[in-house]
Amino acid sequence: MEPHWKRFGPLDNIPVQGSRRLCVDHRLGPIAVFRMADDSVFALVDECPHKQGPLSEGIISGNTVTCPLHNWVIDLASGTAQAPDEGSTSALPVRVVDGQVYVGLPMTAEQAA
Amino acid sequence: MNMNADTREHLIVIGNGMAGMRTVEELLKQEPGKYRITVFGAEPHVNYNRIMLSSVLAGDKTIDEIVINTREWYEDNGITLLSGDAVTKIDRDARTVTSASGLTLPYDRLLLATGSKPLAPPLPGLSLPGVCAFRDIADVDKMLTAARTHKRAVVIGGGLLGLEAAWGLKQRGMSVALVHLMPTLMERQLDAAAGQMLQRDLDRRGIAFFTNGQTEEIMGTERAEGVQLADGRSIPADLVVLAIGIRPNIDLAKAAGLQVSRGIVVYDDMRTSDPDIFAVGECVEHRGQVFGLVAPIWDQAKVCAAHLAGDDTAVFVSQALSTSLKITGVDVFSAGALLAADEADDEITLRDDSRGLYKKIILRDGKLVGAVLYGEVSDGQWYLQLMRDKEDVSALRERLVFGRAFAEAGSGKPAGPDFAAMADSNQICGCNGVSKGAIVGAIKEKGLCSLADVRKHTKASASCGQCTGLVEGLLAFATGVDAKTAKKTICECTEAGHDEVREAIVAQGLKTMDAVRAAFGWKKPEGCHKCRPALNYYLLCTWPGEYSDDSRSRFVNERVHANIQKDGTYSVIPRMWGGLTTPAELHAIASVAEKFNIPTVKVTGGQRIDLLGVKKDDLPAVWGDLNKAGLVSGHAYAKGLRTVKTCVGSEWCRFGTQDSTGLGVKLEKMTWGSWTPHKVKLAVSGCPRNCAEATIKDLGVVCVEAGYDIVVGGNGGIDVRVTDSLTRVATEAEVLEYAGAFMQLYREEAHYLERTAPWIARVGIDYVKQRLVEDPDGRRDLHERFLLSQTFVQDDPWAERAKGAEAHEFAPLPALEEA
Repeated sequence: MEPHWKRFGPLDNIPVQGSRRLCVDHRLGPIAVFRMADDSVFALVDECPHKQGPLSEGIISGNTVTCPLHNWVIDLASGTAQAPDEGSTSALPVRVVDGQVYVGLPMTAEQAA
Repeated sequence: MNMNADTREHLIVIGNGMAGMRTVEELLKQEPGKYRITVFGAEPHVNYNRIMLSSVLAGDKTIDEIVINTREWYEDNGITLLSGDAVTKIDRDARTVTSASGLTLPYDRLLLATGSKPLAPPLPGLSLPGVCAFRDIADVDKMLTAARTHKRAVVIGGGLLGLEAAWGLKQRGMSVALVHLMPTLMERQLDAAAGQMLQRDLDRRGIAFFTNGQTEEIMGTERAEGVQLADGRSIPADLVVLAIGIRPNIDLAKAAGLQVSRGIVVYDDMRTSDPDIFAVGECVEHRGQVFGLVAPIWDQAKVCAAHLAGDDTAVFVSQALSTSLKITGVDVFSAGALLAADEADDEITLRDDSRGLYKKIILRDGKLVGAVLYGEVSDGQWYLQLMRDKEDVSALRERLVFGRAFAEAGSGKPAGPDFAAMADSNQICGCNGVSKGAIVGAIKEKGLCSLADVRKHTKASASCGQCTGLVEGLLAFATGVDAKTAKKTICECTEAGHDEVREAIVAQGLKTMDAVRAAFGWKKPEGCHKCRPALNYYLLCTWPGEYSDDSRSRFVNERVHANIQKDGTYSVIPRMWGGLTTPAELHAIASVAEKFNIPTVKVTGGQRIDLLGVKKDDLPAVWGDLNKAGLVSGHAYAKGLRTVKTCVGSEWCRFGTQDSTGLGVKLEKMTWGSWTPHKVKLAVSGCPRNCAEATIKDLGVVCVEAGYDIVVGGNGGIDVRVTDSLTRVATEAEVLEYAGAFMQLYREEAHYLERTAPWIARVGIDYVKQRLVEDPDGRRDLHERFLLSQTFVQDDPWAERAKGAEAHEFAPLPALEEA
């Protein structure tokens, strides 16, 4: 099903190698957008699979983020924890069009109807 | 999923404790998916590590930390967990079990892991409120509640469990008495000499002992008020804990007509008298023996799982066992015989009362059959292995009692364990029952190369840590790289070590992280969460005023200038110079706490006030309000100068020799804001009574009539280290110069994340003295370099952010109109 795309303003609002949490109240949980050194972007449900730490506060290097609570390393593209830790958080579709960030939120049943 | 559609055989496990779940874990490892599994647990929790309840009681661990399998684990493995529902009946003819809630389920295989019950003697007063056992989370809750609301506790029983309960309650602030029926403590594991040493040590720690004490009655009307002993002694108490032992819980098995004696009788394959019903753990009796320690229970789990998985060859053999006590700083080990059985046995004893050391070994026919160690137990596992191997140790006899290093040094064997000769079944980690074979297998299969990896994958050395040295040795043996002599690289991105990188930054004039990474051929172009903060610090320290800090390479606390908490909120700690504050500052803190609904306000160990539970978006406003009252960041989040703790000194104290508070303020004004390899804490005590605890700080000053003693490299925390003495000086100006120089030497030469204590342990206090005491010019240079770098960092980070700097750190991104 096509997700519900929402716009979150210019890419420059997100620091390079940084992240911002979004003002959306989604059933999946808090959502964060990550900006890499090469300006590529990823979006994840902002909860580490371990103890729900805010991944948006982690150190970003390569395409991974390290959770600030217990140093789990999460792959930004898939949301999966690096071995030997196991678990994953949901990855969401994200696009940058004309310098604007769009995140695709899964539709709720209501919106789909 | 429709359960009826599942045609697999149904395994029901009665008991959600350690033994039952370990068996299920082993079964999943050996034959995943063979059974549909349902677990009944009488307690309303998931599976937790019962052994660690004493650590929860003592405050060393939380309940969450002792959970072994989370609810997700049960779900992920397709296991139905029915917790809080005890099985009340087994119908072997119908092959069903029935639970307290009335649920009846058919089984193909049944596993009994019902554990044990606390022994309760027929005593008047047992049912009074304020009396409990020490067996499960509910008991610990009762004890913790009592510790909060009441003062006096009596523990009945001087065995392992009773002593750990007493120690835990003492740690929680209660006054504790322990009643023991026998003349000495832990008499089943320790001989009289070691038992007495243990009693003496615990007595010094404030536990009152009543040995030879037979409890006659628990007194009280509304709740427990005391314990009456048969010899007329009586002890007042608000809480009475019964810890006199356990007995196997056999009620269900007995009612089902299974063969029981003291425990549920099992054969070598862990089957009960009904071949479709297995039993493991504290509820079983095997060849006349019942079990209370974890190691043989892990072996049972393995054997039972093998038979459930269809392997009929596995056999449970009960091995020699060892015991240790979980009381911080009290080291006890015991295995096998405690005393010579007759004249043919030999006892060899080593005793050093002033150091609190005791060792006794017992030899029979040239073989080791028992060991009791007190005070120094690192050779315990070695003795245990000698006992299990039943090897003739006559050749080592004269040296054996002095421990492994000494015994083997004289025997021509290499010092340290011979891993090549060690059997794969040799147990390395007693807590988790991990063998040499399992560790080496994991290292090879998964390519593990660090202790942390081995811990994660095998659980070896992940519990009490006593076997850490052995695991490191095995790692070296299996990988061919000695972990201790191997070069410590900064992280997996590079082969370079900390010192090389620091030297190259200076020598080659490297001024950016990219330049450093290029110079050393970093494997990952952007580095990782380990090397980035380290490089950022090294560059900042080397090029003050020139290198600009990379906030993206900082841990969140240093980036947002507050401490992240487990729920994602932050704590805010304003600076209080030397621990001094004013009514105006306190008013401001109080108003902020009220205005922003800050849930917890706490005084820290470093003489500051901590505001806990601040929402991230509120941080700039909170800081703004604090700034208005003159309060600035306390850097309680920084790898940098944290606090200077002081006592009141000569201004008020009748013992004070110098103005310790004033000196503390001066030291803090000089050092605040500095970035260092790890956190740095200072203290100034006004006299040798040392009320500011200066001798466990990174740098401490102890004032004396003749001047100031400067001490360095102390640490509280996990590895307590008392400071080394650096020098004595006559004036405050000299103290400041030494302190600045010491800070700078540490900043320039320690490895990132190395506290001063391990740094000085590594380089030696003589080296530090040589640089700071014997070389006055060098000292002045260091001090000047410190002051120079301070000129670039002494700006309050809160003030900038309260005015709007870095706003993106604090506010979430709003959604704009729909696309």
